[in-house]
Amino acid sequence: MKCKACGGPAAINMRHHKLALCGEHYLEWVPQQVQRFIEKYQMFSPQDKLLVAVSGGKDSLSLWDVLLRLGYRADGVYIGLGIDGGVNYSDQSHEKIVQFMAKFWPQAKLHVVDVEQTYGMTIPELSLARRREAKPCSVCGLNKRHIMNRVAVEGGYTLVTGHNLDDEAAVLMQNTLRWQVGYLARQSPVLEATHPKFARKVKPLCRFYEREMAAYAIVRGIDYIYDECPHAEGATTLFYKTLLNQLETNSPGAKLSFYLEFLRARQEGLFQKAHDEVVLHECEYCGQPTSAPGLCSFCRIWDRGADAREPAGELGLPVAGG
Amino acid sequence: MVKLIFRNKTWEVRPGMTIEAALRKLGIDPEAVLPTIKDTLITADYVLQDEDAVKLVAVVSGGTR
Ligand code: SF4
Ligand SMILES: [Zn+2]
Ligand SMILES: [Zn+2]
Repeated sequence: MKCKACGGPAAINMRHHKLALCGEHYLEWVPQQVQRFIEKYQMFSPQDKLLVAVSGGKDSLSLWDVLLRLGYRADGVYIGLGIDGGVNYSDQSHEKIVQFMAKFWPQAKLHVVDVEQTYGMTIPELSLARRREAKPCSVCGLNKRHIMNRVAVEGGYTLVTGHNLDDEAAVLMQNTLRWQVGYLARQSPVLEATHPKFARKVKPLCRFYEREMAAYAIVRGIDYIYDECPHAEGATTLFYKTLLNQLETNSPGAKLSFYLEFLRARQEGLFQKAHDEVVLHECEYCGQPTSAPGLCSFCRIWDRGADAREPAGELGLPVAGG
Repeated sequence: MVKLIFRNKTWEVRPGMTIEAALRKLGIDPEAVLPTIKDTLITADYVLQDEDAVKLVAVVSGGTR
């Protein structure tokens, strides 16, 4: 197969785009496409401060790299979850990010929030202490959401995540099979801030196949964490991704049109009715928006009293507007 | 012979067929892997040569992003 741009040997063939490119031209094509989607979905402008949620995986590191190559003001945030799982998962992920920065972007800025140092326990410890569930994923998820939102709001950032099309299509499929219209109504490349203490959230990779992002990392020479988190709830998402890939193999472009046609239907208001306005309260302790009065789920899980207020800038960040 | 390496497994196949044909023979979905030779990406229509060692990179990885 030959590169469409130069006729040299192709590194990747994207059947859904009828496009094959060599490494060099692929490295040019990806940022052009990212820029196209940033504009199409009105994600952000060059003046905006971006906060990229980096995990050490291929999607988030590639995303950060692309945004910096495009000249955006993009800082990173890494949350140290304290997950060991016998493979030192958290330390290894952090290490990949540090290596990435040293190799490509030594001037880039990374906010690191170590959960154990900041709040007193690692995620697996907290999960064990509070819920006694075998898997720490629900505790982990709510901590990540809270902390990322907080860093973004305090720093005046738009929060940028590396969700790719396979992630979005897998979630879409799960929600469609159960006709979860409320979830469908909220699945979007851009989540507007519905409260002054909610960060705006955007997904610039939502139209890239997962294999395209893996290919970008390989061609660019980004060394990423290859193994899943040892707690990966994986099974369900992985199952749907595998299913969607089988569909894609037999019918190139099936994944892409499944997602794009959903976005179009959503845009046309198909799920509008389900988009019920949630009344938001401010958490009595940390001030972040929450759907129920009193403490937010983050403060409840950390057993925080409603009597004291959390000091602003606890994470050592400049307060919004800085 | 040609070596195909995926996760911790190694297979041997005959040279002369394409990577895509080899993957199908082994029951691996071509959509789920990226073939590389000496860390360079190649497309699935590549015809395997004797002594090639093809490393397959899983497309899906990472519990989080
Ligand atoms: S798999 Fe579970 S524990 Fe691991 S990072 Fe994801 S949510 Fe957290
Ligand atoms: Zn080329
Ligand atoms: Zn709170």
